[in-house]
Amino acid sequence: MKSIIFYLLCIPYLILPLTASAETAEEAIKRAQAAFLYAGYDMKARVVMKLIAKDGKERMREMTMLRKDFEEGGDQKYFIYFYQPADVRNMSFMVWKYPKKDDDRWIFIPALNMVRKIAASDRRSSFVGSDFTYEDISGRDIEDDNHSFGKEEKVGERDCLVIKSVPKDEKGTDYSYKLSWIDKERSLPLKEEYYSKKGDIEKVFSADEVKELSGIFTITKRTMKNIANGHRTEVSFEKTEYNVKIEDGLFTERALKNPPKRWIE
Amino acid sequence: MKKGSGARGQGLERKMRILQFTLTILFLLTVYGPRLTGSTAYALDLHGFVQGNYAARVTGDSPPAKNGSDYLLSEERLQLELTEHSKDGSASFFIKSDFFRDGVAGTDDMELREGYINYTKDLVDLRVGRQIITWGTGDLMFINDVFPKDYGAFFSGRPMEYLKAPVDGAKVEITVDLLSAELVAIPTFEPNRLPDSTRFYLYNPFSSAATITTVETEKPGERIRDTELAMRLFRYIGSTDVSLYAYKGFYRMSGMMVNSMTNPTTLTYIYPELTVYGGSITGNIFGGVGNIEGGYYDSAGDRMGDDPTVENSKWKFLAGYKKELGSELTVGIQYYTEIMEDYGNYESTLPSAFPKEERIRSYTTLRLTKMLLYQTLRLSFFGIYSPSDEDYLLNPEAIYKLSDELSFTLGGNVFGGRKEFTMFGQLEKNDNLYANLRYQF
Repeated sequence: MKSIIFYLLCIPYLILPLTASAETAEEAIKRAQAAFLYAGYDMKARVVMKLIAKDGKERMREMTMLRKDFEEGGDQKYFIYFYQPADVRNMSFMVWKYPKKDDDRWIFIPALNMVRKIAASDRRSSFVGSDFTYEDISGRDIEDDNHSFGKEEKVGERDCLVIKSVPKDEKGTDYSYKLSWIDKERSLPLKEEYYSKKGDIEKVFSADEVKELSGIFTITKRTMKNIANGHRTEVSFEKTEYNVKIEDGLFTERALKNPPKRWIE
Repeated sequence: MKKGSGARGQGLERKMRILQFTLTILFLLTVYGPRLTGSTAYALDLHGFVQGNYAARVTGDSPPAKNGSDYLLSEERLQLELTEHSKDGSASFFIKSDFFRDGVAGTDDMELREGYINYTKDLVDLRVGRQIITWGTGDLMFINDVFPKDYGAFFSGRPMEYLKAPVDGAKVEITVDLLSAELVAIPTFEPNRLPDSTRFYLYNPFSSAATITTVETEKPGERIRDTELAMRLFRYIGSTDVSLYAYKGFYRMSGMMVNSMTNPTTLTYIYPELTVYGGSITGNIFGGVGNIEGGYYDSAGDRMGDDPTVENSKWKFLAGYKKELGSELTVGIQYYTEIMEDYGNYESTLPSAFPKEERIRSYTTLRLTKMLLYQTLRLSFFGIYSPSDEDYLLNPEAIYKLSDELSFTLGGNVFGGRKEFTMFGQLEKNDNLYANLRYQF
């Protein structure tokens, strides 16, 4: 009897350390998104994308990407200004991203001096012709998937949690599930694998270079590779800066038509 | 009013002009050239394209006024763009100029597409010079976009950007949270550019009147009081754009006037006074983007509607909706209608030789766009059908990007209609195929 009481008394002490570390898979994904997509209050980066076909033929996209968070893990606004290739040069693109509803997207076409709102219901469509989708760039709503832990694994030298995310609505996606390797300490996703509805590996994301910038661990080089057709997109984030105090006025029609020089040089 | 025959400047003068401009460009390149290779933040930027653009009529017909050419367009074109910004970014200039060989006319020419200076301070953006302005919400349906269009370019398969013609003027944009404004002043009038009767088969109501010996164009004068003024007031409510517009100026589509209805010898194209008031809303609806737009065209020169040479006042409305249907597939539909005022007066004063317009005219449009192969192939279809005029335009097009620099476009325009005088009906014999190879830098 005495021993039972002892064990009962011990239970809270046994549970407490467990609950402290027992983050759910959903919380781990949330933490990863916060580190990956919501780092800082805002961000400015020069982004160079190389779109590489199976035969090695390269296309290039070069842009300045500006992001401002309005709610941690929630609403964000993006402003993107293109330098390359020549046919999209001087175009600017704006996204108001909401996790729970369709994004608002606008594009400015300089040759017509025209701002147009774009119909944007498909977040799985390609971003500027690359292997990245809009969702890959700005994040997928955490509540759209069921998340569960797999085993822990190392990616390179880093200890990672492996999380399986299965879309609740299969019709809305072009894959059946995703595995993510989340750096346990830094929270960044170091690898992601997308599986087709037949169960084959379809696309692989890899973080190829991580740097600490102003105290924030940042994936400065990343690749998305389409396994099925051999096409891949390599992205390098150059001159990434955080907390640069982007004003709300950047996310307006005025800035689309006439992007403030200080943000796009 | 200023009278002119519309004839272009003589060859020598034009050649001198081109030479002068080319020398200027070469000078700029020499001076700034070395900076282009460097990564200096404020370096002058040189960009543009070289393209060959060809369109052939495939109906076997050719307009009687010309030498029987099947070609609507056969041109090689160089476009150069120059931009420079001041160090603090508040001032900049932009020049975009085209140099081209028109193989159908057998001439070389140049055109300043845009050339302006920008100045930005606090809430104000000022742009002075030759510029392209686009307002309104329609897809090739224009109500509050009162700025000049080049329909000849569009119907002969030139790239979409050439549908918009530039204006010479000043634009001030004032941005305030509560209500922003764009104010435009255009001192010199620029009419719409229409398909040219030497290249296109067009309907001519005076074709039976062989007595016409003189054709004149009477453009609005270049008096200060004739300055066109346009205003757009706008505000975003959430992500919904609400705009109000006003314009005081002239019809860009000409009216026709003859010196005698029974025995005309002189035909004069005129551009009567026009005032437009309108509004538009664009926002998210039903998982897509919807837009509505309306406008009142107040024909100041014919308020009673009893002058057959001047268009009657009209109400114009447009509703559109576009949605992403599937992966990289977008569909857009529109309905446009216009209602003529004083229709009774119009009917009773219209000369019998003139084709009669319906009181209520309407258009429906459909656009499908599909991107393929990592967005290197863009397939699109645009169709317009008018239930009132019973005519149509079909425009399928494919653009393939061979590389970031090189693209190839192949498309067609199919026109038709039950009547020979409606907008697309009169173009029935001009069905064409067009191709464009462009190297952009």
